Amino acid sequence: MILVENINKSFNKESVLSDISVQFDEGKTNLIIGRSGSGKTVLIKCIVGLHEVDSGKILFHDREFVSMNLRQKQELRKEMGMLFQGGALFDSLTVEENIKFPLDMFTKMSDKEKKERVNFCLHRVNLDNVNHLFPAELSGGMQKRVAIARAIVQNPKYLFCDEPNSGLDPKTAIVIDNLISDITHEYNITTIINTHDMNSVMEIGEKVIFIHDGIKGWEGTKDEVLNSDDEYLNDFVFASNLAKKIKDNL
Amino acid sequence: MKIIEQVGRYFILMGRVFSKPEKGKIYYKQVLKEIESLGINSIGIVIIISIFMGAVITLQTRYNLENPLIPLYLIGLTARDSMLLEFSSTIVGLILAGKVGSNIASEIGHMRITEQIDALEIMGVNSASYLVLPKVIAAVIFNPLLTLISMFVGIFGGWAASVITGALSSVDYIYGIQYWFIPYYITYSLVKTVVFAIIITSVPAFFGYYVKGGALEVGRSSTKGVVTSSILILLFNVILTQLLLA
Repeated sequence: MILVENINKSFNKESVLSDISVQFDEGKTNLIIGRSGSGKTVLIKCIVGLHEVDSGKILFHDREFVSMNLRQKQELRKEMGMLFQGGALFDSLTVEENIKFPLDMFTKMSDKEKKERVNFCLHRVNLDNVNHLFPAELSGGMQKRVAIARAIVQNPKYLFCDEPNSGLDPKTAIVIDNLISDITHEYNITTIINTHDMNSVMEIGEKVIFIHDGIKGWEGTKDEVLNSDDEYLNDFVFASNLAKKIKDNL
Repeated sequence: MKIIEQVGRYFILMGRVFSKPEKGKIYYKQVLKEIESLGINSIGIVIIISIFMGAVITLQTRYNLENPLIPLYLIGLTARDSMLLEFSSTIVGLILAGKVGSNIASEIGHMRITEQIDALEIMGVNSASYLVLPKVIAAVIFNPLLTLISMFVGIFGGWAASVITGALSSVDYIYGIQYWFIPYYITYSLVKTVVFAIIITSVPAFFGYYVKGGALEVGRSSTKGVVTSSILILLFNVILTQLLLA
């Protein structure tokens, strides 16, 4: 469980996040939704410590993250996995080396054990026989799957996904969404997903947090999203004509 | 004001770079990789430039030496001391700042804009140390070897130019390069090389590490890294010369 309490963040005196408090539940897919530029990515980067917050607290199972020193943060981060928008795979390493990297760095596993773990993770994301390919040789969807495999290779307690479906076709996007959801339930991970894709919300959104102009505008489940009377949320969710027609027929 | 801020950020980064590595074995492998990438791959250019510079120094000294009272073997001495004192450390340092520096800044800058550095941080890796420390160590180990290669090849280039053009006899040149030899000049040159190696690797790495934006900014950071490290090499050349030779 991750608890965010009253965090504020500004860049060059311009407020980007304002007094955000939210609880992300363990074993659930927690989705942060909102328009582009609403502060979703800044929020997720504040939670993992890539941006320092101006004020507020972030607790990972009662461990206060903001006040930790760099070493302590590095230790806690070994319990995190993150899927970046562009995959962020190391382009000079093969798929196998990418996934093996955290194991090389932080474990005393033998080469055989590492290889088995890599193959297990690759198999888990439905990728086989790509071990010796470089990221540039893979499709966007495959790169995302490798990035997921790398994120889960150390059995993380916390999984962060920044726009996991960006640049993917709707079908592949759903495959990736379901993969993240399955892994979350399988390993009881606290998963936070940043998205503006309503298909993702409807597919896997067990808990949904709506951010509007740096403020938490709404919180609920995927079923409640459709029936909410929040003006900004409705404006975001039913932005397209198709969605408006669906809303009218509800 | 901005310069002071940049200097402060540089030293903060260096604080992270020189902190205890997570796993020595991984860093050792990285150092070997960087020795190949930054050092061994630079041998060719160092040899080519040194041989021609040695030849040019010899020929220019010969053609400007009009006084018949000055013995010709002093041309060999001039070529040797030019190579030992300045060329093999400073000029090779400047050339490597261009070749290696732009490579480092663009590599790390690319990793920054594609979030690969963020990915390292999220894994719990000290990205600054993992990316920069092996490069600094590799350059500090290998660049003195490049300097020594440059000295030998440059002096050989001078000899070859003398013999091929007939500007100076082989006997005079060889006598000249042995005449009044001060071994400390080699120590002086190697000390400079080590300082320059730290500048050549850490300064472009700093510009690459903090780059923001896209491909254009990576290119700019690469240029800034090369220009700044070149200026620092020239500045430290003066400081070290005053400290070591005065």
